[in-house]
Amino acid sequence: MRFDALAAVLLIPACASVLLALLPGYRITARLNVLATFAAFMSAISLFAVRPQPGSYLLVDNLNSTFIVLTTFVGFTTSVFSASYIGYELESGKLTSRSVRFYHAMYQVLMFAMNLALVANNIGVMWVAIELATLTTVMMVGIYRTHEALEAAWKYFILGSVGIALALFGTILVYMAARPVVGEGFDAMVWTTLVDRAGSFDPALLNVAFVFLLLGYGTKVGLAPLHAWLPDAHAEGPTPISAVLSGLLLNVALYALLRFKMLLAVNPAALAPGPLMVTLGLISLVFAAFMLYRRRDIKRMFAYSSIEHMGIITFAFGMGGPLANFAGLLHMTMHSLTKSAIFFAVGHVAQIKGTQRIADMGGLTETNPVLGWGLILGVIAIAGMPPLGIFMSEFLVVSSTFARSPALAIVLVFGLLVGVGGLFMRLNAVAFGEPRGPTAKSKASYVPLFSHLALVLMAGVYMPPALVAWFESVAKLLG
Amino acid sequence: MSRLGFDIAHLLAGLLVLISFLQLYQDRLYALLNIFALHALVLALSVAWQAFIQDAPHLYVTAALALAFKAIIIPVVLHRIIVRLGIHREIEQVVGVGPVMLAGIGLVALSMVVMLRVTQQADPLAREDLAFALAVVLLGLLMMVTRRNAVSQVVGFMSLENGLVLAATGAKGMPLVVEISVAFSILIAFIVIGIFLFRIRERFDTVDLQALDRFRGERR
Repeated sequence: MRFDALAAVLLIPACASVLLALLPGYRITARLNVLATFAAFMSAISLFAVRPQPGSYLLVDNLNSTFIVLTTFVGFTTSVFSASYIGYELESGKLTSRSVRFYHAMYQVLMFAMNLALVANNIGVMWVAIELATLTTVMMVGIYRTHEALEAAWKYFILGSVGIALALFGTILVYMAARPVVGEGFDAMVWTTLVDRAGSFDPALLNVAFVFLLLGYGTKVGLAPLHAWLPDAHAEGPTPISAVLSGLLLNVALYALLRFKMLLAVNPAALAPGPLMVTLGLISLVFAAFMLYRRRDIKRMFAYSSIEHMGIITFAFGMGGPLANFAGLLHMTMHSLTKSAIFFAVGHVAQIKGTQRIADMGGLTETNPVLGWGLILGVIAIAGMPPLGIFMSEFLVVSSTFARSPALAIVLVFGLLVGVGGLFMRLNAVAFGEPRGPTAKSKASYVPLFSHLALVLMAGVYMPPALVAWFESVAKLLG
Repeated sequence: MSRLGFDIAHLLAGLLVLISFLQLYQDRLYALLNIFALHALVLALSVAWQAFIQDAPHLYVTAALALAFKAIIIPVVLHRIIVRLGIHREIEQVVGVGPVMLAGIGLVALSMVVMLRVTQQADPLAREDLAFALAVVLLGLLMMVTRRNAVSQVVGFMSLENGLVLAATGAKGMPLVVEISVAFSILIAFIVIGIFLFRIRERFDTVDLQALDRFRGERR
């Protein structure tokens, strides 16, 4: 039998989750978790070499293979981080060995659900996968069983399911629009068929469908004003989950939105989805940038920063065109890498200090220089300072916008500057000054943190031409 | 035949909207759960009728699922839960019955206007079904935002899902994948919620979300 990379991407996490649910013992399961995510990453890379034909359930094209590789890579590095993080939580008694077993199984289910959402060629299957991913993260956010964790999980669950319900309604409407043209039954939900025939769909129905999909999946992307679940879920769950949420799950929801945007773009009579996305993106950016100033909890602050960046990415894709799409893709990749790196650092910092309150941290560069400078580097990167990767992508977003509509670009730049100010104000308190709180050395593994930062730095200094060509081809696909 | 088929489908979908209205102003949990069971029963009938007139036997599965899970099992289990939590006699403060009903009427009007306008080319049966379904969905949402108690929020969510099932079955020939997934998602959602309710009970002796909301926002 030939090696089927597509099946491997789905089956490895699915089997691993069953195995991890059964196996006792933290040491074995943590290693198995790392091993499984690594295997999934390797098979995702092999998708570049061997491209399976699109079937009626699964599809691999340039767009989603980019997402899959990013997802499995960050999933892999996060599992390395998670091994040392969860080990500490186990020692300090915050988690029991039973809940760790549950956590590992759920981690793999989440990876499975995200991969399935990305490769699904059927809009119904895609919806199911995103719903599954939501449910698993709800359970993981509530894993500490504290008052705050339960509240965060409950809020996330309620808002997430309302979003997902609206998305299903939108999906049904898309089917209704497709039915007269494609015919009844299965084909009318296959994305490749839909995109071929979308030109003759009823535009009014498609428009309403897109509004529901935008609100539904937009809730999961964390766009303001639908973002209320996001800061709580990030702050109260285990830090590896914050990293995966910010770095990956938001992207997956955005991916779903992009697929439907491509559908609407085919139909000339349908409304242009761009302006809607641009508006929501800008609102999220400006709103989150101001919210950064009043944060007292460090994970909550970076959660708001995620809203800000998802706003920028949605804005870029909303602008459309080869250059803005390219910038959006690059920004999404850079944000995933940087934000998860920051959460890796923050996770260890919070464990050392025993708190997430910014006021109780201080002087990190003196007491834990490696971790402190890692965090500084991460924040410099996320703030968009040269020469790191996010500077490149933000520069591209801004310059492509200036060329087309200067008024929007001014709002964009304003939001970005406000955000930078908020981040640096807080960073100063955490990283420098008098050391505060416990100063124990961390036994952390720094490999995931610095490998992400190295990649971000590399992208800022020198992008390999092959990668640029690849991103260009995907940007063209997005229209 | 087709005329009669259309009328009955119309009647059942309209009944669902009406029962959604009934749910809006129930201030006792017991009564609310009973009304929800009725909601699910009418949904099951409506889906079964769709299966009959569309000649789509797989829809009977969906109807059976709706009947078994949502009309029987879930209300029974929720009854037990609220008795165990000792909140079955509690009277819930509903945010002004008058304004809520007015808002509900507004939402129904909105869904009629939106859906009937955009679906002019679709066949009339699917068209009206969709308009009713959107009304049920919006009324479920309205219930979720006006309630403070976790159990009634869950009921609101489930009646919202009922609206989605109505829409999915009204769309002729929609693949089975979706219906089953909807049923499953309700089941999963229910399990999750059940676990949550028990944990909440364990920890704080209340399922009132206002108590949970005390910790909202920043911890100082």
